[in-house]
Formats: sequence, C-alpha cells, structure tokens
Amino acid sequence: MATLDVRLKKVNKIYKEGDVVAGVIVVTSNGDLQHQGITLTVDGAVTLQLSAKSVGLFEAFYNSLKPIHLINYSLEISKPGKLPSGKTEIPFEVPLKPKPNKTLYETYHGVFINVQYSIKVDMKRSLLSKDLQKTIEFIVENKTTNKDEKNKSKAIPFTISPETLTNIKEKGNVPKFKIKGKLTSSVLNITEPLTGELMVESCDAQIKSIEIQLVRVETCGCAEGYAKDATEIQNIQIADGDVSRGLLIPIYMIFPRLFTCPTLSTNNFKIDFEINVVVVFRDDHLVTENFPIKLVRY
Amino acid sequence: MATYEWFPRPRNYDIERNRERLDGEEPSSHPLKAITVVDVKKTDKKGATQSKTEKKPVSSSVIKDPLSSMLDPLSASLEGSDPLSQMSLSSSSLPTTGRKSSFKESAETDGLDETFEPWSVKKSSILTKYSTSEKLSITTSFLSSSDKEKVAMRPQTTTTVTDKVRNRLEQLDDFEEGSVQEMLNLSQQDYVNRIDELNQALIDAWQHDQRVKALKIAIQCSKLLADTSVLPFYPSKFVLITDILDTFGRLVYDRLKEKAVYIPAGSGVPLKLPDNFTPDQVPESAKETCRNWFFKIASIRELIPRFYVETAILKCYSYLNNQEYTDAINRLCVMTRGIGDPLVAIYAKCYLCRVGILIAPKTRDHILPCYEDFLSTYSQVQKDAVQNTLAMQKIEMPRYLTFFSPALDWLLQCIANKSTEKTLMDILEKSRKQCNNALLLNSIISAFKPEYIASRSTQFIELIRESEEAGFPKHLLDRTLGLCLVMASPPEEQRLPVLNEVWKSIIKLKNPSDYIDCAEVWTEYVVKHFGKREINTILADIIKHMTPDRVYEDYYPQLQSVVTKIMCHITNFSMLFSLDKFLPFIDMFQKESVRVDVCKTIMESFNKTQLEPTNDPVIVNALMFICKTMHDSVNALTLDDERKMISNLISGFVRKISFGRDFEQQLSFYVEARANFTNLDMVLIELVQNVNNLSIDTRKVVKGNHSRKTGNFVRACAAYCFITVPSLQSHTSQLQLYLLSGQVALLNQCFSQADSFFKAAISLIPDVPKDLTQDGKKRQSEPVLQEYICNFLSTLLTVPDNPDSGVLYLLRGLLNILQNYTSDSDFKSNIYVRVLAVLSAVCQESYPYHVDKVDSNDSMYGSDPKFTADVRGICSTLLEEVLNHLKSLHTAETLRRQSQLALELFNTIVHHGDVTKPSMFALALNLWNLAQKHGECDIKQTVRSLDAVKKKAAVLNIKEYTDLVNKMALESRT
Repeated sequence: MATLDVRLKKVNKIYKEGDVVAGVIVVTSNGDLQHQGITLTVDGAVTLQLSAKSVGLFEAFYNSLKPIHLINYSLEISKPGKLPSGKTEIPFEVPLKPKPNKTLYETYHGVFINVQYSIKVDMKRSLLSKDLQKTIEFIVENKTTNKDEKNKSKAIPFTISPETLTNIKEKGNVPKFKIKGKLTSSVLNITEPLTGELMVESCDAQIKSIEIQLVRVETCGCAEGYAKDATEIQNIQIADGDVSRGLLIPIYMIFPRLFTCPTLSTNNFKIDFEINVVVVFRDDHLVTENFPIKLVRY
Repeated sequence: MATYEWFPRPRNYDIERNRERLDGEEPSSHPLKAITVVDVKKTDKKGATQSKTEKKPVSSSVIKDPLSSMLDPLSASLEGSDPLSQMSLSSSSLPTTGRKSSFKESAETDGLDETFEPWSVKKSSILTKYSTSEKLSITTSFLSSSDKEKVAMRPQTTTTVTDKVRNRLEQLDDFEEGSVQEMLNLSQQDYVNRIDELNQALIDAWQHDQRVKALKIAIQCSKLLADTSVLPFYPSKFVLITDILDTFGRLVYDRLKEKAVYIPAGSGVPLKLPDNFTPDQVPESAKETCRNWFFKIASIRELIPRFYVETAILKCYSYLNNQEYTDAINRLCVMTRGIGDPLVAIYAKCYLCRVGILIAPKTRDHILPCYEDFLSTYSQVQKDAVQNTLAMQKIEMPRYLTFFSPALDWLLQCIANKSTEKTLMDILEKSRKQCNNALLLNSIISAFKPEYIASRSTQFIELIRESEEAGFPKHLLDRTLGLCLVMASPPEEQRLPVLNEVWKSIIKLKNPSDYIDCAEVWTEYVVKHFGKREINTILADIIKHMTPDRVYEDYYPQLQSVVTKIMCHITNFSMLFSLDKFLPFIDMFQKESVRVDVCKTIMESFNKTQLEPTNDPVIVNALMFICKTMHDSVNALTLDDERKMISNLISGFVRKISFGRDFEQQLSFYVEARANFTNLDMVLIELVQNVNNLSIDTRKVVKGNHSRKTGNFVRACAAYCFITVPSLQSHTSQLQLYLLSGQVALLNQCFSQADSFFKAAISLIPDVPKDLTQDGKKRQSEPVLQEYICNFLSTLLTVPDNPDSGVLYLLRGLLNILQNYTSDSDFKSNIYVRVLAVLSAVCQESYPYHVDKVDSNDSMYGSDPKFTADVRGICSTLLEEVLNHLKSLHTAETLRRQSQLALELFNTIVHHGDVTKPSMFALALNLWNLAQKHGECDIKQTVRSLDAVKKKAAVLNIKEYTDLVNKMALESRT
C-alpha cells in the first residue's frame, strides 16, 4: 500500500506574496512503486456564492459566481518511472507569484466568500492501481505597508440607554438602564485582541448576560447588483449574570484565525467586520449596539 | 547393663575462681558510642540532665530485677550518652504539633513560607464540611454508556422502565453535541461518582488522542461551576471540578513538553526540554500547538468555562514567552468581574490565585485587585438575584455567607503569606471602609500571621463587636480569633481584657453547638495564659452550659478536645485535680467508650509530664479513680492492643506513686491498686515487681539485719506476692514471679515463705501448656521451661533444707514432677544432666555462691557422709535415666539428638564428675565415642570439648585427664 503526503517546511504554513513555499513530498510504499509521473499544482482562488436571502433561491443555486483564480500553476515533479521501496522524500520549492493583474488576498474562510490556497500533488499510476492524490491548504497573510491606518485609529466611546435605541416598537416596555464603555480602537490589528471596557452604570432589570459578537459583512458584486450579508463569526460572553453596577468589565476578544482577514474591498467583493455589544436581560430581551471596525495586519 | 554410679569431683571453688579470673580493665570506650571527641565537661553536664529525663521513656514491660545492684561497666563508660536512650530522648522531645502541621508540600514552591496551607490540605476539609442532602443534577454528554449500565445495575439505584429506555437511548447517542443531557435527582454521592467518571473519561479521551473531546469535557465540567442551584454543595463542587481541570491542565502541559523536543545548537540529537526551559528553547511546532490551544479556548462562548479552562492551562504560557504569565493572570483577574453571582465570582478568583501561586509564586500583583474587586462587588449579596436563590433554596444569609469562607480564606492566605504587618493594616482599612463585615474579618483573622493578629488583639475584639450583626455568625469570629491567640500570645496587658470581652459574648450563646465550638478553642487560651481560678471558672461555665437536657451527649468530641487541651498545657496535676470543677467535668462523659478515651488522655499526659514520683493524696485518689474507670472498661471483647495500652498506662501510674520511706503506706497503696486492677495481668506483674522492690528496699535500709518490725513487713510483702501471683493468667509469668519472689524472700531470710514460693512454682510446672502464644506467635513451651528450670536449679542450690522435710526436699519434688512429665523430646534428659551438675555442687564442702546471711546446705550438713550418700543415690538414678534415654535414641532420625545428648553428658562428667574413678572414666570415654559414632555431631562443638578437657588436664594436674585426652579420638571427617 503506497501513501502520498505533502509536508511544508514552515509548521504554521503561513506565507506571504513573494515567499517561496518549500516542502517535501513523502511517498511511502512497501514495494517498488511504478508511476506515470508526479505533478504538483499550486492553486489559489476566491470563491463567491450568493446567499439565498438576498437574491432568491434559484439564482443562488444557478448563478454562483465564477471563482476568481489568483494563482494557478503546476509543475512536474517526476517523470514516469519507479520509486524505490520505503520512504522517498522529494523536496520542492514554489515561488508565490500571483497571476498577472491579480493580488494574493489573505486566506479567508467565510460563508459566501472563501479565499483559499492549496497545494495538490497527483501521482498518476497505471490502469490497475488508483491514482494517488494529496491536497493541503496553506495560508497567505500579507503585512500591510501602509502605516497610516494605525495613526487614524481612535477609541470609540459609547453609551447605551433607552434613549439611544432605535428600532423599538413600545418604548414603555424598555427598562431603564445606562451602560457606558469604549472600544480601544476602531482600527484593529488582526493579530491583537479586541479590547475595551464597559460599565453598567445603572439598570432596573436584571441582566442575564453581556456578549461581544463578531460579525462579518460579505458583499458580492454580480451582474444583478450587490448581495450583502452579515453573519456571526463568534460570540464571546463577557458578563454572566446580574453583574455589579459601576464595575468596569473588560472587553476582550481574540480574532479567530482563518475566519477573519484584514478588511478587504475589491471590484467584485468586499469583506467587512463589525462588532456588536449585546446586552441580554433576564426576560431574554436584548439590546445590541453595533460598531463597524476595520481590521488590518501590521 | 551395669548401673553406673556418680562420683562428684571435689572442687574448691575459690581456687578455681581465682585461677580463672581475668583482671578487669577500666573501659575506655563504648562499642555503641559514636566516635566523637567530646569535651569531657560538656558530656558530664549532658549526662546529668539526661539522667533526669531518662526516666521518661521507661516502658512498663521492663522487668526490674531487684537482685541486680551491680553497675554495668559499659553503661558507666557511656556517661549517659547511650545512643539508644538518646534516640528515644530526641523523639520524645519532638515539638507538639500545632494547628498547621502538614505543610511539607509547600516547601518546594519558593516565595512561600511554611505556614502556607497547600490546597490539598484545604481540599479535604472543604469536601467534608460542605455537603448536601439535596438532589443534584449534572449536564453532560460524556458519561459513557458502560458507566451508565453500571449505574443502572447498582442495587440501590431504582431502575424503572423509563430509566431503561433512557439508558438505551443514551447508548444510541454518540458524543455528539446534541446528546447533551441533564441527569436529574442525583444524590451527592452519585454526583461525586459522576464527576469521577468525567475525570476518567477525560483521561481516557486524552490517551486515545481525542483531544477535542477532552477539551469538551473540560468545558462541560467548568460549565457546572456556573450552576448555583444547590448552594451548600458549591464549595465541594468547586473542589471536585477544579481537580478535573487541574488534570486537564497537566495533560496539556505534559503533552506539549513531550512534543517540544528541541535540537540544541551544535548537535543533531533532539533533546527533551529541561525543567526550567526558556521560551527560546521551545521549537516552533510546539509553540504553534500551544497557540492553537489558546485560540481554541479564546473562542469558547461562555465566560465561565472560558475563564476556567484558560486558567487551567495557564502554565502553558511558559512555552510562549516569559512575560505572558503576568499579563494573562491580570487579564483573567479582571475577567472575573463579569461574573455576576458573587459566590461563583469569588471561587473563580480563588481558582486563579490557586493556579497562579503554583506556577508563578512570585507574581502577586493580581491577588490584591482580586480582593478589592470582591469588596466592591460584595453588595451583590444583597441584590435580588442572590436573594431570590436564597429564598428558593431556603438558606439563611448567615449560612450563605459561610459558603464564601473557603475561597476567601484562600485568597487572603495568598495575600497574607510572607506579608508585612502593613499589608494587614491596609487590608483591614479597606475592608472596614467598604463593608465592615464579619465574613471578611473572619477570613482576615485566619489568613494572617497569628503574631500580627495577637499583637493587636484588643483592636480585633473591637472590630468584632462593631462588625455588622446581620450575616456571618459572630461566634465563628470569636472562634477564629481564639485559634489565632492560641497560636501566638497577645501582649501581657491585653490578655485579661480580651478574655473578659470574648467570654462575655460566648456566655450569651444559646445554641450549645455554637457555644462549645467557641469554648473549646478559648479553653486552650485560658489554660495557656491563666491560672487555677480562671480554668475553674471556664470549666464551671462549660458544665453549666452543657448540662441542661444532657446536651453534652452530642458534643463529646469537643469536650474531649477540651480535656486534651488542658492536658497539653498543665503539668501540675495536684493543681489540676484540686480544681473543684475538673472531676465534675470528667463526669460529663457518660458514654463509656468516650469516658475511657478521656481517661486515657489524662493518663498519657500524666505519664509523660509527671517526672517526679508523687504521693499527693489528691492525685493518687483522682488517678486511682481514672485508672479504675479504664480498667473496668476492659472485658473479654477488648482487643489485645487496647488491653496492652491500658495496662501500660496504669503501670505508669503505679510506678509514679511513691511514698518515700513510708513503706507501709506504699504497700497499702499497692494493696489498693491490686484490688482495683485485678483484670490486667501486666498491672499485676508490675505490682508484684514493685512489692518485691519494696522488700529489697527495706532490706537495704536495715542493711540485712531485720528487726521485728521490718521482718514482719517483708513477710507481708512476700504474702502479698504469694496471693497475687496465682491470679495471673499467664503461666510463664507466674513461674518467673514465683522464682523472683522466692529469691527475694530468701534474701530477706523468710525461709518458709521462700519454700512456699518454690513449692508453688514446682507444682505449677505440670500445668504449663505445651504450646504458648507469645505476641501472637505460637511457641513450644519446653525450651522456655528448660531455661526456667535451669535457672531455678541454680537458685535451689542456695536454699537450705527445711528441717521438717527430707533431704533436698525441693529438688526431689521437682524431680518427681519431672518424672511424671511426658515429653517426647530430650527435655527431661537435658534437665537431668543439669541436675547432675547441681547435685555435684551440692556435694561440695563449700558452695560456689551463697545468699547473704543465709546458711545453705553446705554449712547445714557440713558434708555429712549420709547426706552425700543420699545425693549420690539420686545422681545414680538420674544417670541411669539419662543413659536409658540415650539408648532409646538409636534410630536413624534420632542419632543426631543422641550424639548431642551424649556430648552434653560427657561435658558434664568432665567438668563436674570425678574421672579418677575408673567407672566414670570409662563412661566418659564411651560417651565421647557414642557422640562421634555416627558422624552426626557438630565438629566445632566436639573440638571445643576436646580443648576444654586438654585445658583441664593441663591445669588440674590429674593423670586421668591426660589419659582421657590421649584416648579421645577426634573423628576427622573429610
């Protein structure tokens, strides 16, 4: 039984544009292994999908947008031949160069938008035995050279009270409360946590929970126009139960890898992020305050 | 076969003795003494103090030999520095263990001193203290089906049909997220079992490389900590679950460490990380895995599990960088502010501090903010949320507040450890400002160094008085303060006011349980610092509080501890027993077993602390009563160890009582003791020994010349022994004591008494059972008996015959008894050979030894030919017996015995018999040959015998010995 494996030299598998992706192809077999050639393919693409909510079920089904290829080339590792019994390691190096007129966006796994990079190794074999294939994903991260963003960042103070609420039907049902706080910055380095603090100054009703919600807003452009969808990435509870009044509660959230990337805006699609501060009352009524944020990578 | 006749060799013992005496030398060193050069002066001093204390470790089993008055030259050269007695001395002078005695564990964590009580110690006390009979519920998806099956099969769990169905459904479900379910109606024990199962499941999952599952279990466990539905159980739950989390943290850490093999610069061999690695040594792959763990945990939705799981693996930050600990701990510390429930919050803080103190004992910055946070959120306790839960679970505020104690204690302990007095003042100030609360005060008092507390005890008393009445029960405060003040003494001038103040409030306590808890602690304070009057008052007060409705029956442990505490500190027993409330206090222990325990405590302390013998009638009477109580508790069902212990205690008491020169009083004390302690062999033996000692002491006083009065007294002593000994159960002890008492009586010239003792001993011999049990082991009685009889025979040599009875009346009696004694071993013959030796001595003109001022048979008969003829007659009979026995030992299995016995007899003939007589000469030679005949004899022994004969020949200058030597062929074996 022969197996095929690909191992990258960097354990965290993170590369940036212009890097050389180096690694080894490991073939193990019990006996001599006859093959019809080994090829390696580097592939990177943005896949877009329309959500059923914004464009209708049928369109969503049929009109899935064509993926945008950012990088795609293959190279022959070995001509047809024979590999000796045991473990064979074939090293390889691939420069990470995008297709002309394309940039390598950062790896991102979303709901409607995916930016994914992979290395695929194929071993063709004779008719009698199955071809061997192995695909691994690697990650692209780009450090921005633009340092201006950092300087633009400033703290966002906020106050939530019945008066600040919009989108409520009966004002009378809303309990009296006042919650003050701030987010340390509106422009955030993706490798550093979101920080801030929050204080319940007063609240008539019992609080059940206070949560910080990270939301992605994915916008896809297509012939019919734009489809914009906001979905939750993660929800972090920062207060549990009826917290003490007048006590500063820290806001702290680490951005999950893969599911976040620096805020991105291109011709065809856009990826934005927002933060929601959610206060859940004992009777399960909730109050949400929304903050758009900009993620960057220094 | 010709009858042999025995001819004793005439001997002059004085000449022999002189010839064989070795010149004594002053011993200069003791073989057991450590080789050290000691300043002579110093050792002298040491020896002097030692001799005083050496009396202490004497165990009662030591039988004092009243006959030995010679000083052992070895012990003299040792000058009191005998290593054995020193050892026992050092062990007895071990410091009495205080409240916090088991802290060895914490020694390894630097930055903490030894007063830091490690978690493991706290754990068990929390588990026992905080329990519930409420039904609990657990929410998890990780209880494996097989475990559930097991649960179902347990006989006590009632399985209903629905249970079975549920069980099967559960088995169908895998560990999918969806299968999370709640198990309701668990008893506490079940709950604990479940948690154990979870722990096991976690370890199993980990070992099967299912790390995600392990993490999920950890998360689910920590979720349980958010549940406060059964408040009284919460502290215990915390203990159980944090145990699982600790396991998890350890697994993660160890796994990472295992992964983190690194290749040091300049070598190609991968190495394991050293224990104190730096983050640069950690390879990138391990760091990546570690980061992944933290990322994974950071995305846990709920606050409480996120907090607990991150805290659990806090140690792993050491793989990433050095600084992270402090940052992470501080971040986690503020994170706890988000926990609304004050109880959950304080326990979360407690866990953080617990982990923090373990992995980074020097990082203390977070602890104080933790405490301040707690202070500022303390008002939460009054909020609706908490009040509602309390109302629902029917728990009153004071009880609720006690649930905070373990966590708060731990927190404050972390702050207080190695802190200065200033920290204490700061903390006090802060607590007073925020909420002057008894709960806090209690934890503060128990956390900080008792010395700090003690030095400002009046201030604390005031604080206690001022602190909010509502909430935390105040008597606990009094109790905690008491514990502190017992450990460290307050300044002299504060002692009495403190006591007055506290006792005032203690007196007011209505609930007996509260009362006794406080009183128990404060008794020690009083005993330590005050005198008779105060102790008496306290005891009187305790009696007053505990007597109504016989409530004392419910508080024996506490009352017992009161006695123990008094015993620890009071060494003056006459003072103690003269307290008019002490014995009434003891009277409160109505239950026999408890009462006996208390008596034991008192006696132990008496034996330990009373160094000088006493004759104080108060002590004697009181202790006699106490010992009687202990003695009366012994019955057929009492265990051997118990019996032994009580006997030891009573013997100790008997030894400690001395009336000095008033011997009669002493004897009457022994008479009383005998009347009281009839059931215990050991005590009776002790008494007989003591009476014999008394008798010898009397003899010493009159220097052997008894007056009428002293004569009567020693006879009384003998009579005492004579009637005491038969009541012993052990035959061997009886025999020994008869012999000993007989010897003492003889020494005191009480001939008829001595005769009776010896007679009694002789007539007892047939009753000795063949098998003895000694210390639980079975032993044959014959070897013991043989030794005893040999000893007995040598005593008999000095006993003068009673003119009314026949020649050698006692010896004949012994032989008669032996005649009828059936034995299939060489027992009888061996003894006969010894008797031959004794009889040879009896025939001499002057005996080898005498009892002072007693005329033995040598001077009584003056070697009267008729007497010697009689003796020789006996000898011949015995010789014949022995030879007959020798003859019967001809079978193959018994040849060895035959040769041994033959050699023995040969030796006796050579040493005691007269070989100049041809018949004896021939007999000796025959025996020699018989011993060698079958090659069964011990070659070393025969060589030694031959040497002895050679020596005799050389010394005695008797031709026959030389002849004998020449004829004695030594069978050389290859």
